Amino acid sequence: MLRANAPAKAAPTSVKILPMHGYANPTRFLSLARWLTLPLLLGGLAVTGGALIWALFRVPPDRLMGETVRVMYIHVPAAWLGMGGWTAIAIASLAELVWRHPLAGIAARAVAVPGAVFTAICLVTGSIWGRPTWGTWWVWDGRLTSMLVLLFLYFGYIALAGAVQREGASSRIAAIFGLIGAVNVPIINRSVVWWNSLHQPASITLGKSAIDPTFLWPLLAATIGFSLLFGGIVLMRMRAIIADIQAEARLRRKAMSEPA
Amino acid sequence: MSALPTLLRRDLALLIGGRRGGVVMPLLFFLSVAMLYPFGVGPDAPLLARTGGGVIWVAALLAAILPLDRLVAPDLEQGFFDQWALRGIAEEMVIAVRMLAHWLTFGPTLMLAALPAAALLGIEGATLRTVELGLLAGTPGLAAIGVMIAALTASLRGGAALAGLLLIPLAVPLLVFGAGSLATGGESGLALCAAISLALVAVTPFAGGAAIRAAREG
Repeated sequence: MLRANAPAKAAPTSVKILPMHGYANPTRFLSLARWLTLPLLLGGLAVTGGALIWALFRVPPDRLMGETVRVMYIHVPAAWLGMGGWTAIAIASLAELVWRHPLAGIAARAVAVPGAVFTAICLVTGSIWGRPTWGTWWVWDGRLTSMLVLLFLYFGYIALAGAVQREGASSRIAAIFGLIGAVNVPIINRSVVWWNSLHQPASITLGKSAIDPTFLWPLLAATIGFSLLFGGIVLMRMRAIIADIQAEARLRRKAMSEPA
Repeated sequence: MSALPTLLRRDLALLIGGRRGGVVMPLLFFLSVAMLYPFGVGPDAPLLARTGGGVIWVAALLAAILPLDRLVAPDLEQGFFDQWALRGIAEEMVIAVRMLAHWLTFGPTLMLAALPAAALLGIEGATLRTVELGLLAGTPGLAAIGVMIAALTASLRGGAALAGLLLIPLAVPLLVFGAGSLATGGESGLALCAAISLALVAVTPFAGGAAIRAAREG
């Protein structure tokens, strides 16, 4: 990962190895995070609100599914963020295990809860959508099952990271589980192709879409809005975790310096 | 390398002997789940025979949770891993040997216990053969997940419930294909189950070794 064109005679300490290490310093990260959190949250709220109003009142009902098609504008972004959340956990876990990036473990922990919430939202809205269109709340097909497994992986990760943090164990333990669990993400992604059942195959793939633009644009807007919200929430949670760590360190220092 | 047979003998003696709960507890638990199921759904013989194979699989998965807190944690607490590291035995090696010892005490006994369980549930002939072959294909994977999770939770207090929560989602693919081989009666389910087992067996020494090192550094 060293820059190929770095001069060989440069002192090792002066070589900037990776840009991400610039934000390994919590103070520098916090100054950026503090500035970014509010725009992300407000922008996310505005875009999501606008997209949902657009989807509820302006988009025509679907030819086959009627009014129920509007569930899509929450269901699909939630599914993407549920899977994207674990992908982020896996990348952060890799950064923690390989480069020992000090903020990676905090980022993975911060992503876990919103990721689990969006996965749950995806399952619940899918169930509500399935009732009128498939005639059932739940089927045991590949996509639904693997999404449910993802939710339980999130639960396991949250419990493990919590126990690691409580007992002061190495956060790399949670990172190992984050990497192992990542095996599930490509399975969810391909499940509609491998097990062809009630759930439809993906309508949107890179470069082309089987959805009419009238339905597609509000969907993209909703996805962007939810993603901005997700980013804002993750930054908030990271700041809270860092503040927690700093407060605890300060208390410990105070207790140490207190005369017995 | 000459240390490995000694290590295997030690692990087997500890896992079979009473000091680590032995092989009997998971076995009795497995049988009691198979016994509970007919109480739950009633003694309808065709229904039991049709669904019994799946019950045996669920019971096997639950039985795999029982020994988790004794597989790795005592050795970490008592400093055995530090001793092995000082002698130049890699954590990966120790975990690989532990996995083999755990399967030797867990897999064959479960396959043996599946015989009386199958009699209780009225499973016979070709179905019983598929169940036994499925367990042969699936138990190495269950043992591998067990050792991996045991290594991850070894440094945490009260890891037993946590270990169960971590094991279940990872074991779902084994259950899907293992129990799925019963529904389709096909070899493909067994082959996929064995493939997942092999992948887990290959990954576990590295994941477990990394977990032990992370636990040591605290």
